[in-house]
Amino acid sequence: MSRHIRDDLYMLQDWITPKTRVLDLGCGNGDFLRFLMDHKQILGYGLEIDREHIIECVTKGVNVIEQDLNRGLTNFMDKSFDTVVMTQALQIMHRPDLVLDDMLRIGSECIVTFPNFGNLFSRAYLSFYGRMPVTKQLAYQWYETPNIHFCTIRDFEILCQEKDIDILHRNVIAERFPNRIFKELSPNLFGETAIYHLSKNK
Amino acid sequence: MPETIPEDSVGLVSPQTMQFDEPLEFACGRSIKSYQLVYETYGQLNANKSNAVLICHALSGHHHAAGYHSMDDKTPGWWETCIGPGKPIDTDKFFVVCPNNIGGCHGSTGPNTINPETGKYWGPDFPPLRARDWMEAQFRLGVRLGIDQWAAVIGGSLGGMQAMRWSLEFPDKIRYSVAIASTMSLTAQNIAFNEIARHAIQTDPDFHDGYYLEKGTIPKRGLVQARMLAHVTYLSDTLMGDRFGRVLRAGDFQRGQYNPIQFEVESYLRYQGEKFSTTFDANTYILITRILDYFDLAREYDHDAVSAFSHARCKFLVISFTTDWRFAPERSREIADALIAAGKDVTYAEIDAPQGHDAFLLPIDPYIRLFREYMQRIADEVNA
Repeated sequence: MSRHIRDDLYMLQDWITPKTRVLDLGCGNGDFLRFLMDHKQILGYGLEIDREHIIECVTKGVNVIEQDLNRGLTNFMDKSFDTVVMTQALQIMHRPDLVLDDMLRIGSECIVTFPNFGNLFSRAYLSFYGRMPVTKQLAYQWYETPNIHFCTIRDFEILCQEKDIDILHRNVIAERFPNRIFKELSPNLFGETAIYHLSKNK
Repeated sequence: MPETIPEDSVGLVSPQTMQFDEPLEFACGRSIKSYQLVYETYGQLNANKSNAVLICHALSGHHHAAGYHSMDDKTPGWWETCIGPGKPIDTDKFFVVCPNNIGGCHGSTGPNTINPETGKYWGPDFPPLRARDWMEAQFRLGVRLGIDQWAAVIGGSLGGMQAMRWSLEFPDKIRYSVAIASTMSLTAQNIAFNEIARHAIQTDPDFHDGYYLEKGTIPKRGLVQARMLAHVTYLSDTLMGDRFGRVLRAGDFQRGQYNPIQFEVESYLRYQGEKFSTTFDANTYILITRILDYFDLAREYDHDAVSAFSHARCKFLVISFTTDWRFAPERSREIADALIAAGKDVTYAEIDAPQGHDAFLLPIDPYIRLFREYMQRIADEVNA
């Protein structure tokens, strides 16, 4: 299988059943949906607001719908998708908890990925420099960042517990040293990106 | 007309006429024994006849969608911004067909043509058409031109409504449906605007219950008013503000004097109204505004748009413009939502543009780029 997609995306494609309906919230340039269309024959739709990304999706033949996630997802019916995906966008939402509710209402299953703010690097940056972490992946100053709701893996799992959300799978990505060695030991301390497969069927 | 024809224009074109000596039965139960359609084509039909695109015109449109009829033409066809070499509907890749719809007034059989059975103008006695009647006539034109399946049926406003209706009437005969600045049905406000326009025409003393052509006249005042009103609804407040503001065409407000005032916008609207009244038939205006009012894509599918679209087989492109208050973005979002729920392939874009409903006719960069990319994919697919 050819892989021209980000690591976190490649990792979660295993959780997507072939020939199902997939909604990608904040689908970016459409690479992931195109990949799923080609390799899993899914019927996919991506929501996006960035003009250039929308045009890239069109060029790739990906179904893209111009819609601002922060304006709600009330136009989608309950359980109208098999999987609702949101990668690296939870922290941009005005109310990540409500978006999560909507995702679990619309999809039978959900997949979310987000940068883990509980990572050693973030903790060390804050304690040593006394400043908000700025990394290569999250290269924004605090006042200009679109990432307004950072959370840690622990925070996220507590939210899932409170909301009665089932965690079907969890995966973490860690590429730097020493994260990649110790990520299984303490995902919240060493994980850089968290990947969750969720459902709320009961 | 510029002194030389621009390179991205289809250039000089001539309308053609297709005569149909076969009855056409309308949705209202009436039929006509024969009819003709005037149409234009641009580009070449490819060897396997897979690159044909049907352009559906809107209320005031016609068959002359692109290019020039002569070097003296002041303006090109109505969709020159989108049809031509290298343009979104690329005439180097597609064979583009644009007919004047039946019931129209630019050469196709309609109220201002002669009813062979009476030897008189059809006038108000022309059958009250519905949009599906146009589909049937367009379909037959395609058959005559050797087109079994349209690569795409495309239109803006009422044209987009036809493009959607096509996907349900002839699901196997269309690969892509493109509906721009469109709607699945008119709102009460839309119908109200149309009724005011019709009322202006029908109460014009020169209307003569629609038999004005026999009296050798036209209801000019009514048509001017109808067009002035409609034109305002096609533009946005912002655009009118930018274009005309409160600029005076004549007069001034100097104290101690009286110089009658005329705002630029007044003069513009009168010009638009006058121009329209000399080129458009009043009975056709009434007929087409009624087609608009009656149109309801989901009516016969239990008023369920999802159930309606479940019959479609093609893929869809839906585009709206933020300041369009005639067919607002909400109307297009409803289309996209219904298509998604029906499991159809759809792309929906909401173009941020200040120009209102008429934006679909204008060279707005993000709109043109997106439209071109989408059409390019279709071209690659059908020319493969």
